[in-house]
Amino acid sequence: MKKSLLLVMTLVLSITLAACGGNNTTNNGTNNGTPNNSQGSTNTGGNNTPETEPPAAELEGQILAVGSSAMAPLVEEAANKFMDENGKVTVLVQAGGSGTGLTQVSEGQSDIGNSDIFAEEKFVDDEAPKAAELVDHQIAVVAMAAVVNPEVGIDNLTQAQLLQIFKGEVTNWSEVGGIDQEIVIVNRPSSSGTRKTFESYALGEASPDLPGQIQEESSGNVRKLIGETPGAIGYLALSYLDDSITALSYDGIEPTEENVTNGEYPIWAYQHMYTKGEPSELVQAFLDFMLSDEVQTNDVVELGYIPASAMTIVRDVEGNVTQK
Amino acid sequence: MKERVTLDHPKEKISKQHLTEEWVGKIYTWLCIIVLIVTIFSMVYFVASRGLTTFFRGVNVWEFISGLRWQPDAKPPIFGALPFIFGSFSTSIMAALIAAPLGFCAAIFMTEIMPKYGRRYLQPVIELLAGIPSVVYGFVGLSIIVPFLRDTFPGQGLGLAAGAIVLSIMILPTITTIATDALSALPGGLKEGSYALGATRWQTIYRIVLPTTFPALMTGVVLGISRAFGEALAVQMVIGNAPFLPRSLFDSTSTLTSVITLSMGNTVMNSPHNNALWSLALILMLMTFVFVFIVRWLERRTKI
Repeated sequence: MKKSLLLVMTLVLSITLAACGGNNTTNNGTNNGTPNNSQGSTNTGGNNTPETEPPAAELEGQILAVGSSAMAPLVEEAANKFMDENGKVTVLVQAGGSGTGLTQVSEGQSDIGNSDIFAEEKFVDDEAPKAAELVDHQIAVVAMAAVVNPEVGIDNLTQAQLLQIFKGEVTNWSEVGGIDQEIVIVNRPSSSGTRKTFESYALGEASPDLPGQIQEESSGNVRKLIGETPGAIGYLALSYLDDSITALSYDGIEPTEENVTNGEYPIWAYQHMYTKGEPSELVQAFLDFMLSDEVQTNDVVELGYIPASAMTIVRDVEGNVTQK
Repeated sequence: MKERVTLDHPKEKISKQHLTEEWVGKIYTWLCIIVLIVTIFSMVYFVASRGLTTFFRGVNVWEFISGLRWQPDAKPPIFGALPFIFGSFSTSIMAALIAAPLGFCAAIFMTEIMPKYGRRYLQPVIELLAGIPSVVYGFVGLSIIVPFLRDTFPGQGLGLAAGAIVLSIMILPTITTIATDALSALPGGLKEGSYALGATRWQTIYRIVLPTTFPALMTGVVLGISRAFGEALAVQMVIGNAPFLPRSLFDSTSTLTSVITLSMGNTVMNSPHNNALWSLALILMLMTFVFVFIVRWLERRTKI
């Protein structure tokens, strides 16, 4: 008797609890944005302009940005500066992966979804309509290079050679002009945005997972493994390059910031901050701040990214490049 | 008159106080229990509802468990989780095989051979191992064990062997602590009887002490295996994470946990890939239940 009662109670409770979860966080940001908006519009025609003139001081509320863990340090740095300037604003940055960020912004649980990959590439098939609802804000560019263990003895690979290596068709460095040493691939998991970028712009097609291949998510560990393992090859963002590894030229073009911005070196990706629909005033102010010189010329560069403003070309989801 | 009133009053007050205490205690305990049960039920419900979606959307359960190919990005995606299930079982059982003899010997040393020094110095040191964060184990594994295996054996160092070694150190405290408790709970009469019959200390240990405490020792081993089974971060750092059955002890492979931690954050909710990861989580949870049942069964046999 008592046991069954307990069971029923727990079931009822768990269902009600499950039902009321979620959807609490967004309202803070958007709600606080709107009153400011209306106040601004009523005052534009009025006389008491001096009091409401400085718009920056009026910002108030909370912004939640969830997503790519690689982007988190950059957004956090910018968020701290933004909060220093706007005392009533709280910006929370959470790292949970690009997929999590896109899911949460699409479900309205967060205001901004950070992603190192286009939403269209994550939301596929049945989920495609979700990508259409999201508005893309490209805040920086991250360039990558194929890197090898220094003892391999090469400094350039063509697109065809890279593809052969990552498909497992070439298994010894001597076949591509290096020493006689077996090739060890240090790849990323198939869900990784870094791997998607590398496959799309360096290999030209998706590469299969190979038996015996090492897969690591963290760039620090990838660098450590490539530096230590004889015959290792992998790929890293330019900010991770150091003396323990050799960065390869791609089709003869060196991976430098200049070659990326003028469009010669193709292995790079945008860092996206997605909002669901057009952002509220508060979120827009933060996104504008991300694109302001203060962030773009300081934090973006310091953390190894290339400012979005420095790019002389634009690339869309399909990879079509146009001059700015 | 007055005195009686003043005497009666506190008595009533005290009994009332006790009554409220009783009720506060009751309500507090009930609330805690309800929160606990709701949490457990909702977790099981959440993982199960997510994990079963894969199978409702046309993936065969048997193919999922026995399939060898894991290609979430293929069209249509292929989900065969056997490499991960095998990886989880083989790393945790191998870890237990390494850690159990060490843990048993440490326990015997601490209870039978040198109780004074063992208890005072060795036990705290072994228990300290339990407090080290798993990321530290992973990094130590990546910096010491992996290069050692790479230089000594064929292969890249990352793989089953590295994972099993790291895990064996992690589960050592569990196995040792439970074995020590079991050995010290053994009635002294058994050992004294053995000595009285002329048995040596070693004969007493392996003919009397170990067989009598065997179920309790196994409880520790199973608890260790279940801890190793659920460990994610340290294993993920040293196992290599290729989604294939390993061809040798030194070949890159994956476990259930490593595949979940690697890809969960990168996939969007409700995509087939994400649902498949939840299915792996469901398998992981069911296996943990199995371990709990084994431990309960062993505990029932422990009564000396």
